[in-house]
Amino acid sequence: MSQKVLLNEKEVNIILHRLACQLIEKHNDFSNTVLIGLQPRGVFLADRLAKILSEDYNVKNIKLGHLDITFYRDDFRRGEKTLEANTTKINFLVEDKNIVFIDDVLYTGRSIRAALTAIQSFGRPNEIELLTLIDRRFSRHLPIQPDYRGRQVDVINNEKVKVNWKEHDNEDSVYLIEK
Amino acid sequence: MSELSVNHLLGIKYLSKQDIQLIFETADHFKEVINRPIKKVPSLRDITIANLFFENSTRTKLSFELAEKRLSADVINFSSGQSSVKKGETLIDTVNNILSMKVDMVVMRHPNPGAGVFLSKHVNASIINAGDGAHEHPTQALLDSYSIREKLGDVKGKKVVIVGDVLHSRVALSNIFALQLQGAQVMVCGPKTLIPKYIDKLGVKVETNLRKALNWCDVANMLRVQNERMDISYFPSTREYTQQFGVNKNLLDSLDKEITIMHPGPINRGVEITSDVADSKQSIILDQVQNGVAVRMAVIYLLASKIKQ
Repeated sequence: MSQKVLLNEKEVNIILHRLACQLIEKHNDFSNTVLIGLQPRGVFLADRLAKILSEDYNVKNIKLGHLDITFYRDDFRRGEKTLEANTTKINFLVEDKNIVFIDDVLYTGRSIRAALTAIQSFGRPNEIELLTLIDRRFSRHLPIQPDYRGRQVDVINNEKVKVNWKEHDNEDSVYLIEK
Repeated sequence: MSELSVNHLLGIKYLSKQDIQLIFETADHFKEVINRPIKKVPSLRDITIANLFFENSTRTKLSFELAEKRLSADVINFSSGQSSVKKGETLIDTVNNILSMKVDMVVMRHPNPGAGVFLSKHVNASIINAGDGAHEHPTQALLDSYSIREKLGDVKGKKVVIVGDVLHSRVALSNIFALQLQGAQVMVCGPKTLIPKYIDKLGVKVETNLRKALNWCDVANMLRVQNERMDISYFPSTREYTQQFGVNKNLLDSLDKEITIMHPGPINRGVEITSDVADSKQSIILDQVQNGVAVRMAVIYLLASKIKQ
């Protein structure tokens, strides 16, 4: 197993600030916008972006939620293991809101498909956008593309992209891991 | 630990502590799901479940059916009253006929103890025991423990008294197993005639004085007197039973501490508990019913994920 650094802490930080600025450009004061981090790994990115928006760019009243898609996945009973759920934390209705889904890596697009179904349980949003830190090109199984992307990478199928966060993995970094 | 150790839920006896933990953690997620504006998830859309009720039930049957539908499973229902069982068909034949219609899971209530275990050895489907005679009622015990955990934080170290008709109760036995597995202390309380003879061998305390039992416990689980299972007279009169083993507001208020009151339903108001107790703040009877759906969703989800495609 070998691994290569795709992004280091400084690069991750620059990208996060750029993504935050792009969100402000589109959503202004966030009065009708909600950020939804996808469980399990998208929530770190969502929490971090919300923190940057409020502390560095003075955006007030950011609505932030965590969405778990386990029960909406299309691979139930297809793998070896039971799919384990995570916590969903959305304590507002998303009716007529502009939603930004936030996940760390966009790969096949199947998680996003599941998230699009899952979010309907909380109302009918006005629009849904997608923000990902890493966009794995040419590996999509579904017609889904991000609206905001941190970095586009070409990765072959037996390689894995691992995003680390200070809050959870002691460092901000992105690795390419060869299995 | 992300998988149940069993392929069927036949009784608490066959579960491990980790299994119960996994069921509760999964139920937490489903409890959040059933409080959403849209209370349904598509997980089990390719699973078909048969509810076979060879004995009457309202709450359990509705609760299972709702749990199955909230998981998007296809559901077929069967009650022995309107079936070919009356024409002399055997249990295995009945179930195999149903399974040949491509059913993946069977939820069964049956008057004979061990019916679920028997079925699991002879048919090719995942079996959930929804009550077998006076033997076990595992999902009831799970939702009871889940409700205690929700109300008091943890089951471990708590003192629970099961009051009433322990002899005829499947809820009592499953509760004893479940509570002990999670490290709670269990006492049974009732007229001597309704306490099984060797119950102390299960490691439970026995008490015939209700006031002493209530003063000892954190939680009192009040059982219904099952008149329909009583072939002989076990106590002189309902009135005398109520005087000795019924819980009323005065009795509750005279205790040293505030205890939690549970009841698996259906309640005989004025017999084992009075209305003001059943509807009081100390009672979590309706929470039990709501938790029942979440716990059953968790059990069905976890068992279904072990059915191979």
